[in-house]
Amino acid sequence: MTQLDAPRTAAGTGSVPRVRRGGRAAWAGGAGLVAVVAVLGYLPYLVSRGTQVDLVGLFALVVLGTMWNLLAGYGGMVSIGQQAYIGIGGYGLVYLAETVGVDPFLSVPVAALVCALVAWPTSYLAFRLSGGYFAIGTWVIAEVVRLLVTQVDAVGAGSGASLTAFSGIEPLYRIAFVYWMSLGIAVVVVVGVYLLMRSRLGLALTAIRDDPTAASSAGVRVTRAKRLVYVVAAAGCGLAGAMIVANTLRVQPGSIFSVDYAAIMVFVVVIGGIGTIEGPVLGALVFYLLQDSLADLGNWYLVVVGGVAIAVTLLAPRGLWGLTRGRVELFPTGYRVAVRR
Amino acid sequence: MSWVNAVVQGVLLGGLYALVAAGLSLVFGVMRIVNLAHGVLAVVAAYGALVLGRALGLHPFLALLLVVPAMAAIGYLLQRGLLDRALRGGELAPLLVTFGLAIVLQNVLLEAFSADNQRLSVGALGTSGVRIADGLSIGWFPLLAALTGVAVIAGLGRFLARTRTGRAMRAASDDPEAARLMGVDDRRIYAVATALALATVAVAGVFLGARSTFDPAAGATTLIFAFEAVVIGGLGSLWGTLAGGIVLGVAQGLGAAVDPAYGVLAGHLVFLAVLAVKPRGLFPSAVTA
Amino acid sequence: MSAPLLEVDDVEVAYGDAVALPGLSVAVAEGETLALVGANGAGKSTLLRTVCGLLRPRRGAVRLDGDDVTALPAHARVARGIAMSPEGRRLFPSLSVEENLLVGGYARRRGPWDLAAVYELFPLVAERRSRPAANLSGGEQQAVAIGRALMANPRLLLLDEVSLGLAPVVVAQLYAALPRITGQGTTVLVVEQDVHQAMAVADRVQCLLEGRTVLEGPAERIDRTALAAAYFGVAR
Ligand SMILES: Nc1ncnc2c1ncn2[C@@H]1O[C@H](COP(=O)(O)OP(=O)(O)O)[C@@H](O)[C@H]1O
Ligand SMILES: [Mg+2]
Repeated sequence: MTQLDAPRTAAGTGSVPRVRRGGRAAWAGGAGLVAVVAVLGYLPYLVSRGTQVDLVGLFALVVLGTMWNLLAGYGGMVSIGQQAYIGIGGYGLVYLAETVGVDPFLSVPVAALVCALVAWPTSYLAFRLSGGYFAIGTWVIAEVVRLLVTQVDAVGAGSGASLTAFSGIEPLYRIAFVYWMSLGIAVVVVVGVYLLMRSRLGLALTAIRDDPTAASSAGVRVTRAKRLVYVVAAAGCGLAGAMIVANTLRVQPGSIFSVDYAAIMVFVVVIGGIGTIEGPVLGALVFYLLQDSLADLGNWYLVVVGGVAIAVTLLAPRGLWGLTRGRVELFPTGYRVAVRR
Repeated sequence: MSWVNAVVQGVLLGGLYALVAAGLSLVFGVMRIVNLAHGVLAVVAAYGALVLGRALGLHPFLALLLVVPAMAAIGYLLQRGLLDRALRGGELAPLLVTFGLAIVLQNVLLEAFSADNQRLSVGALGTSGVRIADGLSIGWFPLLAALTGVAVIAGLGRFLARTRTGRAMRAASDDPEAARLMGVDDRRIYAVATALALATVAVAGVFLGARSTFDPAAGATTLIFAFEAVVIGGLGSLWGTLAGGIVLGVAQGLGAAVDPAYGVLAGHLVFLAVLAVKPRGLFPSAVTA
Repeated sequence: MSAPLLEVDDVEVAYGDAVALPGLSVAVAEGETLALVGANGAGKSTLLRTVCGLLRPRRGAVRLDGDDVTALPAHARVARGIAMSPEGRRLFPSLSVEENLLVGGYARRRGPWDLAAVYELFPLVAERRSRPAANLSGGEQQAVAIGRALMANPRLLLLDEVSLGLAPVVVAQLYAALPRITGQGTTVLVVEQDVHQAMAVADRVQCLLEGRTVLEGPAERIDRTALAAAYFGVAR
């Protein structure tokens, strides 16, 4: 079993430490968060369909960023191949809903489950590589999935497929339902990662990140923890892929398996602040707000995305959230040790 | 005979893949950086030759005389300006920075040259060859490309084994701090390694651009093929990379002989198979170079 | 009297917030052999790493032959004549013995030491010249590490814990080579936990405790009991 000591104080302070999580700011932040989600939940009664469709894009970014952060920020695995699972999620939804005839809303979690089932054996291959070679290895896997999918006529081979299973639902409702589903998924994913990081797995991951050798000699099963992260991240990216397809009603191999998703995930996480729960959410918001102005830039759009990611990595590696310097903490995962003197 | 032909062409292609991979291997061997912009940089070199061809009417091989030193200079500055900083920023930073760089370069190329397919013309050399038998001929150009790959790998190997700078590079790779104690400026050595890597990738890019069409997005497959050659061959061995490139080239050739759509996929599958059964590569080396 | 070859002037060196040397001064005259002794954690390695440029002092200066080299990076100090055999040998494992020596001569100055001279000094190393450095015994590795430092033809040779983990007879063999090194006029600053060994080879001994000098004097005039007390920090 995983054995981790509670944090110890520096020797010789001679006082009893109190270990606690978060603080008053965190409770205030948490309450604010509930309010924000409540407002977002009410939005379909207020805003246009177009806005709802846009916001689903934001929720997908939140999910993708949170998953990539789980991989890289907490698991130390830089993947540039998560589009494999975005694609499987998207195609899974189409296949289940169109060909198998499963209810489309039910198809979304099932597609995510399929991603997890694919990711588990895949991890045995991918984990033979580490660091940068792991990154390219995940990309190769995504390419393989893309090339295989383009051979499958049942999902439109190279030209893609449309999602028509929603056609029984009035568009007004369909858009609102997809919106609520996506909001729900985003909340579940963010809160889920938060809870995951507070669990033993979170402690194990933190230990691995800080010192893999020490962690493994302390009994942390490094590979098992990483594998779990990889599988969870695959399922999460599958959810995002299904959300994207449920939102746009169309799936094409060239776009759903695009490595641009990797670029966007890196951007969202790095800008927001890698290794924090809040960072990717903030990063997704920034990307979402910039998207329109970025879209006007044409090809320069990704130049800016890449350039900003480089600049932030080198100059402000803790990202925007890091600029708050822990003054605000919505999701207290870290321990604070208060020493009374 | 078409199978034999597929194998022969695959072997020649493998030499070219090894040429692309050599720089990736070198940079990883010396600094433990996987340069995710490596493929795009090959494409940058190809566009460089294209521009020189259009502006000055230079043959791609003559253009190499300008493109190679230019890319080497870019490599030196890239290391000193960006990658050195990234190296000091922990394990993830070099990956994030080089990936960001790949995105930036690819889209700058897209803006400058559009997504149109381009090809470098090497004249008659590109189409002529020697006929060995019915359905089996060896093109001069693929042969030249493969031989260049072998020559570059042999040259790099000699450089690392025999020269003062090469030895310092291996020393800095083993223990940068101890190397500093010997008077080796590890940062300068790293910059030299990146410069060399980009010089070789420039040659590779020009050969790739003359062998088939390319566009700004071609860096992705270039990086992936180079990486597959490295992993199939076994990390840390330049000759292993050559062998890995050949295995990859043959797999792609045979796959394409079955159905043109299967060429690349067959290469990926062989790579995954090697990863599954021989994760240290087919030709692992005891000593890292 | 002329300036000492090495003058460490009131350096304060810290690892993050932990101060290892609170303000230490050390001087070594040209041609002299100084032994720095002290218990584990006294700050001996920290001092050597400051002298060779791997660590920067927060305060104070390092001067070589009167020139301030405090701001000079480690690799540039080799050309000025400072070479070190670091704690734990730190050979380049993937290089052969001879290649290790050649890298040692990467920034060599003019002087008596070259491959042939090192091989003559350590005949055992000559026999192992084409082996990977990783495949040597501890004593052989230490000989290579010393030879590698000599290849730079230093004016000041820094030796950190030559005896670490070695059998006494091997240590004696290694130290037997020291007179031939100092005989070339090389100044030596040697760090040892083995006080007897240190006293035997040094002209002068300086004992550190928690980053401070607690005792110093000519080797032949140091009182063993006082040194033992200083070493362990018991009441002086
Ligand atoms: N890399 C390091 N990081 C933090 N503290 C260090 C480091 N190296 C040494 N120290 C501390 O500095 C002090 C002096 O260490 P050192 O110079 O290695 O002693 P010595 O060589 O005399 O055994 C010790 O308290 C040690 O714990
Ligand atoms: Mg020490």
